[in-house]
Amino acid sequence: MEVSGDREYIYSSIELDRYEGQVIEELKASSQEAIPDPDEWLEEELERNILLTTVDAIINWSRRSSLWTAMCFPACCAFELIAVEGPRFDLSRFGMEILRASPRQADLMITAGTLTWKMAPNVKRIYNQMPEPKWVIAMGACAISGGIFRSSYSVVPGYNKIIPVDVYVPGCPPRPEALIHGIRMLQRKIAKTPVVPDLPELPLKGKRR
Amino acid sequence: MTVALSGKEIASQIEEKSPGSVEESSQDSLVVKSDSLLSVAAFLKDNETLKFDYLNYITAVDYFSYFEVVYQLTSLEHNHTVVIKTRCYSRENPAVPSVIGVWQGADFQEREIYDLMGIKFEGHPNMKRIFLWEGFPGHPLRKDYLQ
Amino acid sequence: MTTTEMMTLKTEPFVLNFGPVHPSTHGVYRMRATLDGEVVLDIEPVFGYLHRGVEKLAEERTYTGFIPLTDRLDYISSMSNNLAYCLAVEKLAGIKVPERAEYIRVIIAELQRLVNHFIAVGTFLNDCGAYMTPVVYMLREREKILDLFDMVCGQRLTYNYMRVGGVSQDIPDEFLPALKKLTGTLPRFIEEMEWLIKQNEIFLARTKGVGILSGETAINCSISGPVARGSGIKWDLRKADPYSVYDRFEFDIPTCEAGDCYDRYRIRMEEMRQSLRIIEQAMRDIPSGPVRADVPHLIRPPVGEAYAHIEAPKGELGFYLASDNSIAPYRCHVRPTSLINLTALREMVRGWKVADLIVIFGSIDICLGEVDR
Repeated sequence: MEVSGDREYIYSSIELDRYEGQVIEELKASSQEAIPDPDEWLEEELERNILLTTVDAIINWSRRSSLWTAMCFPACCAFELIAVEGPRFDLSRFGMEILRASPRQADLMITAGTLTWKMAPNVKRIYNQMPEPKWVIAMGACAISGGIFRSSYSVVPGYNKIIPVDVYVPGCPPRPEALIHGIRMLQRKIAKTPVVPDLPELPLKGKRR
Repeated sequence: MTVALSGKEIASQIEEKSPGSVEESSQDSLVVKSDSLLSVAAFLKDNETLKFDYLNYITAVDYFSYFEVVYQLTSLEHNHTVVIKTRCYSRENPAVPSVIGVWQGADFQEREIYDLMGIKFEGHPNMKRIFLWEGFPGHPLRKDYLQ
Repeated sequence: MTTTEMMTLKTEPFVLNFGPVHPSTHGVYRMRATLDGEVVLDIEPVFGYLHRGVEKLAEERTYTGFIPLTDRLDYISSMSNNLAYCLAVEKLAGIKVPERAEYIRVIIAELQRLVNHFIAVGTFLNDCGAYMTPVVYMLREREKILDLFDMVCGQRLTYNYMRVGGVSQDIPDEFLPALKKLTGTLPRFIEEMEWLIKQNEIFLARTKGVGILSGETAINCSISGPVARGSGIKWDLRKADPYSVYDRFEFDIPTCEAGDCYDRYRIRMEEMRQSLRIIEQAMRDIPSGPVRADVPHLIRPPVGEAYAHIEAPKGELGFYLASDNSIAPYRCHVRPTSLINLTALREMVRGWKVADLIVIFGSIDICLGEVDR
C-alpha cells in the first residue's frame, strides 16, 4: 500500500481498529461466566487456622517468653548476670536481653547481691514501682539467706524479709547455667499461674454494685 | 624497693623540731601525742629530706584502754615510708585532730573511722557517718559492741 | 520580655539525686549533684549501700577462713584481693613462699589484671554511649580467661585460690598449653579493640580534655593506679616496692601527661599489653616444686602488726593486720583503693556537664564492694 505524506502509520487506521475490535469481541464472548473464587482451601484447613486453647495459656506464654528484667544489682552476682546477658550464655534467646533501667517497664527483678538495711527501702520502692504481674528471682546465697555475711550487723538475712520471692537460685555466685535453670523454672511457674487472680473485695462507698 | 624508715630516727628528728611531741618510738613506728599531731604532720610533709607527701592509709585499732589511730606515709620522691600512730585514751568522746588540711586523701577514711569506731576528727569539714545510716545505735567496730 | 530582662533572669541551683539504682553507676553508688542547669557545681557522694561489715567479720574467723571474704571485696578482680591478704599474713607470721607458688601467683595476678581491664574498658565505653557492643566484645574474651581460672580452681568469679604460704592446689597439666594458646590470640584482640574505637569522633570528643586531674592533686588525695599514672605520676608498686617475684621480670609502666579520661583509657589498654609480656616471661621461667609452704592448719602469728600492699588493677590495695597471737585477727583493715580514688572526684567534676559526670566517673573504675566493704 502506499504511504501518503500526511499519515505516519503503515497500516490504515480502519484495519487497526477492526483488529482491536475483534480482540474485544472475542474476550467478551469468553467472559460471560464468572471465574470461580479460589476458596476450596477453606473447607479442609479450617481446623489448622483456628487454635483451641485457653486464655490462660496464651497470656502466660506471652508473659513468660519475654520477661524484662529490672536493674537491681548490688554486688558480685551482678557480674554473673552480666555474663549471662553476654555472648556466651545468651539470655536473649529467652527473650530477656533487655535490662531495663526503669522499673516501670520491667516485670522481673533478679536480685543479684547482698542486701543491706541501708539499701532495703530503695529495693522495696523499686519493687513497688514495678507494675503487675511481677516476679522476683533471688540469685545467690546472699539473696536467699544473707550468705557468708549473715552474722554481720548491717545485712538483711535474705530478700524475702522485704519482698516476696518466687524462685531461689543457690550458689555463690551461681553459675550462668544455674541462673538459666532458675529462669526456666520461673517460666514453668508462670505457665501454671491463673491469669485472673483472686481480686480483693474493694469497698465501694455509697455506690451500688 | 621502698625503705621502711626506723621509727627512732624519725622520732629524733621530730624531737629536734618540736620537743615533747613523741610519746614512744620503736623500730617499726612511733607514737605522737595527739595535740601535736598537726605540727608533726606538717613537718613530715614539708621537710626536704623526708617529704612524706603520700598518705597510704589511716586506720584505728581498739586496744581496750585506748584507741590507736595509725597513719602510714610514703614519699614518692625518696621512696621511703614510715608509720605514725597517735592514741586517745577517752572512751566516751575520743577526739583527734584531722589531717585533712595536710593530706586530702584523709577525707573519707576519717569519716569511716568516726562511723565505725566513734573517734571524732576535729577540723574535718563534713564529720558525719558514711557507711551506716543516721540513727544506727553504737559504733560496730569497737570491741565492746554488742549486736 | 526584653533581652535585658531575660539576661538578668535569676536561676537557682538544684540538687539532683543519682540514685543507688542507676544504669551507669557501677553498683549501688549514690551522688547528690548540685546542678546549675546542666553544669555540675558540686557533688556529694553517699556510700554504704553495700556495707557488709567485712572488717568486723574478720575478727570472728580464722586467718585462712577470711580468704573467701576477701574475694567479695573487689569482686571483679578477686585473685588480687586474695594475694594482698596472703602477703599481709605472710609478712606478719614470717612465712616464706616456695618459688613455684610465686610464679603461679604472678601469672594468675596478671591474668586477673587483664580481666579487670576488659571490664573497665568495656563499661567505660558503655558509659560513653556505645551501648553494649564493647561490653559484648570484652565479655567474649573475658570468658576465655575465666575458663582458665575454672581449670585451676573450679570457680568463675570468687576464687578462694590463694592460701597463706602459697596457693591451694597446683595448676593442672593442660593449663600452660591453654595459656600459651590464649596469649597468642590476645594481642590481636587488643589491637582490634583499639582500632575499632580510637578514631571515633564521639568517643574522642567525650573523653579528650574531660575531667582533668593534676599531678599534685592526685598525690595529695592519695590516688593510685591507672588514675594516678594518667596524671603523670610514675608510681607502680610492682617497680617501686616489688612484692612476690616481680623484680625478675621486664616490663614498662605506661604513664600519660594530660590526666583526662582518654589518657586513663589508653593506660589501661597499654597495661594489658604489659601484662601479656609478664605472663610470657613467667610461663617460660616457671620452676617445679611444692606450691604451698608448710603452714599449720590454724595459723597463730606472733603479736604485732603488718601492712602489705600490691598493685591491684585499680590501684594500691593493702591489708593492715594486727594480731594478738590468737587464731583470729585482732584487727583487719582493708585499704580501699576505690574509696580513696573517689576523693578526687569532686575536683575532677566541677564545671563539667551532667553527661561528662558519668564519663569521668566511669573512667575512675571503681568497684562498690571495695568502697563499702
